[in-house]
Amino acid sequence: MRKWLLAIGVALGLSALAQTGKLEIFSWWAGDEGPALEALIKLYKQKYPGVEVINATVTGGAGVNAKAVLKTRMLGGDPPDTFQVHAGQELIGTWVVADRMEDLTGLFRQEGWLQAFPKGLIDLLSYKGGIWSVPVNIHRSNVMWYIPAKLREWGVTPPKTWAEFLATCETLKKKGLQAPLALGENWTQQHLWESVALATLGPEGWNNLWNGKLKFTDPKAVAVWETFGKVLDCANKDAAGLSWQQAVDRVVQGQAAFNIMGDWAAGYMATTLKLRPGTDFAWAPSPGTSGVFMMLSDSFGLPKGAKNRQNALNWLKLVGSKEGQDTFNPLKGSIAARLDSDPAKYNAYGQSAMKDWKSNRIVGSLVHGAVAPESFMSQFGTVMEIFLQSRNPQAAANAAQAIASQVGLGR
Amino acid sequence: MRDRITAFLVLLPSLVAVGVFVYGFIGQNLWASLTDWGRNPAQALALRPELKFVGLENYRELFTGFVDMRFRQSVVNLIFFTLFFMAGSLGLGLLLALALDRSPKGEGFFRTVFLFPMALSFVVTGTIWRWLLQPQGGVNVLPTLVGLPPLSFPWLTTRDQVLVFDWNALPFYTALVVGLVLLYLAWRAHREGEPKRLAWSLLAAGILFLWAFTVGRGLHLLPYPEPHGFSLALVGVILAAVWQMSGYTMALYLAGLRGIPVEVLEAAKVDGASEWQTYRHVIFPLLAPITLSAMIVLGHIALKIFDLIFAMAGLDYAPTDVPAIYMYLLAFRGNQFAKGAAIGLLLLLLVAVVVVPYLASQLRKEVRR
Repeated sequence: MRKWLLAIGVALGLSALAQTGKLEIFSWWAGDEGPALEALIKLYKQKYPGVEVINATVTGGAGVNAKAVLKTRMLGGDPPDTFQVHAGQELIGTWVVADRMEDLTGLFRQEGWLQAFPKGLIDLLSYKGGIWSVPVNIHRSNVMWYIPAKLREWGVTPPKTWAEFLATCETLKKKGLQAPLALGENWTQQHLWESVALATLGPEGWNNLWNGKLKFTDPKAVAVWETFGKVLDCANKDAAGLSWQQAVDRVVQGQAAFNIMGDWAAGYMATTLKLRPGTDFAWAPSPGTSGVFMMLSDSFGLPKGAKNRQNALNWLKLVGSKEGQDTFNPLKGSIAARLDSDPAKYNAYGQSAMKDWKSNRIVGSLVHGAVAPESFMSQFGTVMEIFLQSRNPQAAANAAQAIASQVGLGR
Repeated sequence: MRDRITAFLVLLPSLVAVGVFVYGFIGQNLWASLTDWGRNPAQALALRPELKFVGLENYRELFTGFVDMRFRQSVVNLIFFTLFFMAGSLGLGLLLALALDRSPKGEGFFRTVFLFPMALSFVVTGTIWRWLLQPQGGVNVLPTLVGLPPLSFPWLTTRDQVLVFDWNALPFYTALVVGLVLLYLAWRAHREGEPKRLAWSLLAAGILFLWAFTVGRGLHLLPYPEPHGFSLALVGVILAAVWQMSGYTMALYLAGLRGIPVEVLEAAKVDGASEWQTYRHVIFPLLAPITLSAMIVLGHIALKIFDLIFAMAGLDYAPTDVPAIYMYLLAFRGNQFAKGAAIGLLLLLLVAVVVVPYLASQLRKEVRR
């Protein structure tokens, strides 16, 4: 009798697992980015109508609040079924090393994703022989934005190197433009730093910085801070009080000529400010980084102990599929991580970025979690503050190296 | 006896709850602060982290470690913020109370107006003041209303510091301040005619000064000079905080002023005291207990400040950093839980230094009654 009951129970449980139950998706996509996630969830509900989707979002740019909530939940032993995380070291350095994630290599093989995603991206997602999350979108960090009509008016062209940039900056200053470069709060300054660093060190040197082969105190790495200091002299002095949108506004209003920002700026200018990409506003790789695509990516992983594992796996399959990515990305203003997505669904900026994504060398972003663990990244803000306060390249380099040794960067 | 058992039983649930949820967790926090939780990323967020006992290493790093320079600046910020915020709120509150005490027309209206900011949360205050303190708007364009040129002070975005000192001189300055407090105690003992206390305070102050000027000056916490000072960016934050809390001190003082018996004031008048003398020798001494309780309340608000600065300047801006913000950054962004716990404990100690003597003296008074 007992055996029978048990068997019936197991059978009921299995069938329930297949089609019904719940799926909790944890992310920080609300507000402007909400509709893209909603569209993806709608697609999921069409495929698995029996599953109740719980959309657990915690607002706050770049997930600053969501990550803290996630940590308390994970520490308390209550993981969501799947959660949004920046692909790369932000996931690996925090969750994978702590043995809290499931290896998804099997899923990647089964779905043919090893070919669908570029190799540079797979490398960033891998650690100790496993692949740990499914990337849903790609943003580019090293982009310089400008207004072509304004540049013609001032008689300058977008600079190709930082040396050219500094010369252009002098020209513009003489023409009465106080701050040719528009800059915002602390993280946008770090964002600018990574573009300067990539240009100064080259993609090889940039990668070596993160695997520990190149020290921050190396003269080459100290030179990054020297250039960065000169570039800062071209920027507005009230940067700390501006959001990234306000910094973009300065360029649009003609108070500044250039802004270095990730390509969510394209979404902001095209959707919110109603400017036409390519004519009203234009872009170029940030100086000295043409041919290199510094990427960041949002991805979803599968935590160990997820209550609805099968539903979460189905979600991951959808997130990595062509259909899923082409539904999500045009709305989000990013491009698909897959190489086979449909360009017709994207705007002029998206199409140009997709071309670069296929042909360029791929490296990961620091500020957005791809190349360094959170323990380093969060303290890099302190390094930036040391530099801004003292304007001393050596002091900043020493601090960065001290933190790198402390957290064991590259180990 | 029976009453006692009933009383004990009634109190038991809350005793257990407080014991577990307050003191239990304080104890756990203390333990966490003495471990290496977070140093090894493989253990930081593991389901069952293995923690190693490292003693006071986290505290040592906070005060003398190379990368925690930001913590030290945040401590300096907190001290200056607390001092100026308390001084501002008490001063402004007293002035408002004195003005309202003269029962001007529409007193009730003004009282509500001045008290109203207290009803807002610090997040709302912070957001409004951040707008007001934008370099090109708000407060800076106020003078143009009367035809003056606009101000150009960049409020929250300045990186300038004043009163800069070297962190290495901290033991020296601390000894100096404590010594001065002891001297003050000696002076009070002298006035109250207690020779024993006078001698002890003088002796302690003497030893401290001697130590400060001989050993203290040569003591170096860091192998290099590290300047810290009062960040001018805090001025805007202090302004907002004073705006919010001065109404509260006004209400306290007003109650105090209304509680002063008319006979005392009339007696002073009969004795020929001028208005200033009445304030100086009659009203202010009678307000002293109120000042003390206001200082306690304001002090612990200031020491725990987080939300106001979060809303006004964000988490990443070092010139307005305070330990609570740095604690959040370290623990929940950097996964350095042990160091975060250490900062938490230091904050608890700071608040305890302010609150415990007050509670103890109140308790003693009650027992005496």
